[in-house]
Amino acid sequence: MMLRHAYRKLAAAVLLPVFAPVHADSGWGLLNMTPGVTDISRKIYDLHMEVFWICVVIAVIVFGWMIWSLIAFRKSKGAVADTSLVHNTRVEILWTAIPVVILIAMAVPAARTLVDIEDTRNTELTIKVTGFQWGWNYDYLDDGVTYFSRLDRASDAARQLQSGVDPTSVPHYLLNVDHPLIVPAGVKVRLLITGADVIHSWWVPAFGLKKDAIPGFVNELWFRVDPDKTGSYRGQCVELCGRDHGFMPIVVDVKSKEDFTTWLKATAAQQKQAAATAPAAAPAAG
Amino acid sequence: MAYAPAAGAHDVHAHEQHDHGKPHGWRRWVYATNHKDIGTMYLVFAGIMFFIGGFLAMLIRLELFKPGLQFFDPLFFNSLTTMHALIMIFGAVMPAWTGLANWQIPMQVGAPDMALPRLNNFSFWILPFAFLLLLSTFFVPGGAPAGGWTMYPPLMLQGGAGFPMTIFAIHLMGASSILGSMNVIVTILNMRAPGMTLLRMPLFVWSWLITAYLLIAVMPVLAGAVTMLLTDHFFGTTFFTAAGGGDPVMFQHIFWFFGHPEVYILILPAFGIVSEILPTFARKPIFGYEAMVYAIASIAFLSFIVWAHHMFTVGMPLAGQLFFMLTTMLIAIPTGVKVFNWCATLWKGSITFEPPMLFAISFLFLFSIGGFSGLMLAIVPADFQYQDTYFVVAHFHYVLVPGTIFAIMAGVYYWLPKWTGKMYDLTLGKWHFWLSVIFVNVLFFPQHFLGLAGMPRRIPDYAVQFSDWNMVSSLGGFGFGLSQLLFPYLIWKCIKHGTPIGNRAWEGAHGLEWELPSPPPFHSWETPPSEAVLAHGSVH
Repeated sequence: MMLRHAYRKLAAAVLLPVFAPVHADSGWGLLNMTPGVTDISRKIYDLHMEVFWICVVIAVIVFGWMIWSLIAFRKSKGAVADTSLVHNTRVEILWTAIPVVILIAMAVPAARTLVDIEDTRNTELTIKVTGFQWGWNYDYLDDGVTYFSRLDRASDAARQLQSGVDPTSVPHYLLNVDHPLIVPAGVKVRLLITGADVIHSWWVPAFGLKKDAIPGFVNELWFRVDPDKTGSYRGQCVELCGRDHGFMPIVVDVKSKEDFTTWLKATAAQQKQAAATAPAAAPAAG
Repeated sequence: MAYAPAAGAHDVHAHEQHDHGKPHGWRRWVYATNHKDIGTMYLVFAGIMFFIGGFLAMLIRLELFKPGLQFFDPLFFNSLTTMHALIMIFGAVMPAWTGLANWQIPMQVGAPDMALPRLNNFSFWILPFAFLLLLSTFFVPGGAPAGGWTMYPPLMLQGGAGFPMTIFAIHLMGASSILGSMNVIVTILNMRAPGMTLLRMPLFVWSWLITAYLLIAVMPVLAGAVTMLLTDHFFGTTFFTAAGGGDPVMFQHIFWFFGHPEVYILILPAFGIVSEILPTFARKPIFGYEAMVYAIASIAFLSFIVWAHHMFTVGMPLAGQLFFMLTTMLIAIPTGVKVFNWCATLWKGSITFEPPMLFAISFLFLFSIGGFSGLMLAIVPADFQYQDTYFVVAHFHYVLVPGTIFAIMAGVYYWLPKWTGKMYDLTLGKWHFWLSVIFVNVLFFPQHFLGLAGMPRRIPDYAVQFSDWNMVSSLGGFGFGLSQLLFPYLIWKCIKHGTPIGNRAWEGAHGLEWELPSPPPFHSWETPPSEAVLAHGSVH
């Protein structure tokens, strides 16, 4: 946690002066990954920043060496080449060994986080997610609630070729859906992800993870949103899936446990009633 | 310093060749068996494809200039990204490398020509037909392939009439690459001048020898994968269809078993070129020659055991993810050795900044940036965030454009005086360099930000918070595209109005090609170079 704050402060100190007048969540200020709202997403963010700063340090050293050479050994300044300098076993062993140590320093925390990510035990709620061309189906397996989630109408109207609608006038343009996925905060939620036709991929950046939705496979992914982080989180399909790949967003509404239970019960009752009336209506129509 | 015997021999032999009926006019090119003519055709072909592929990239950046769909249907946009990739990889970069290999390898190892001249002709002439087939998919029902250059099923199987045409085009390109690689291997292993031992070869030759083995190893794998796609679509097999007992993920494993060595096929010859140019303009032999050879070989070996890092999100077992993360990180070690050796080559040199050197130096910096983002992508948990975003797009364009493409340009700027016998306009070359290096960063650097902020790749339209950096990226793209027009103009001007130049176009250049006249004789080394010439032309 401390480390993360240090990273963020450092990043802000380095990057913000360049884009000082802009707001952090507007276009110019969007420069980095979000730390997200789950334990895992924050661990991933820390890992990302750790590797980033290691790369920055290596870059400063190596690029500094290059720039120094390019300036100090210019022929125009009378530099004479030392043609005997073609080999040095000690130095070569050193610059093979040092990267090994750095890589181990990166791999150990990465492996630890990965083990945490893959720990799917003790989940409290399971939702089946099916990607299709082009939208998502959510199925609350234990509660008999299921529904489709597609791009909302306002975005859909605006995204037509030469629609004449200004995308900035549409709230959450391309990142809004008709029926968001509803989950409780503070609960370990397991998603079982599959594809109906081609491969899709389910990703909400604030949760830190993405997983492919593959026909014939059921993939697992879990997240537990911090209890105090209720609200809407947005993402998109990230595996090319055909014509409208860019138009199948994901919205997750994170509610408090109580609100979630209320919503789930009401929706289950509603869907049960709809199912009960549907067969009666069908013969009448026939 | 003129090398008199070779120059004299050149006149006599050129005359003799004429008497033997050295082909002229269109026959010279269609019936070409000469390594230089075939090399020229490969390079011209690659140049044309570079501009076609670049034009498609301009259209992509045009649509992405601002949010909302202004110009193209989303399906056509997907065709643009797919075709841009296929044309740039198989049409521009790979033929450019084969062209440079054709021109340089016989001259550099002291051979008169490539070992298999008619095969050479055949492997080139397959290519125009392959690309006619591929490009004509734009005009058939269903349009050009739109499933991405990675061709993942089941999406790829939804393609129209363009689908089988694409597969056959890929088969043809693969055949061409395999034949070209066989020729390179046979030439290097059998046609070296006496005394030119393997560990005396220039590093460009070494890098191509290893690349050729990679090509022969993996092109058949790609051919197998796309053939299975073809039979899945037309003959009812279900290799990749879960409903019939097949496995869509298996395609990805097979594809990337080809695909990862393929990305090193695109970059290893660049390592070779840079290792030729830096010593020339630092006036100092390459540092750690043998380490450089072993580093290329290690990278080539590792390329076979890292493929699944392209597909961490498909749901692999923990052990698999850890294995592919660790092997991928290992690549940083030989790559680091190469970068450090290049730095040490510059150290205590006597450096000048002609266009080939400028491109090679920018390669050092910008390829390293691509290497850093590559290391970040190897970290599996972080990759769950990066995968299939613009961060990946930024990463592979950094290694392929200011990496591979800049190295190809550096190579052309380096050897153009040798090929034409004339020096080009150095000032114009520097203009081309500075415009390219500035715009390439304006084009690709903001894509890191877009990816980290959450913009997926391969989308024709985006949420409005991504507008600003997309606009910057597009402006950089247009600037980069327009700057490239200087390149063919410079080459044309060099051929027409260049100033004649001696054998050794660059003061610090070493290698057998600089012992030959400029332009070199029709059969490069009619008689093998003597030990004295070999020693004089020694690269290290």
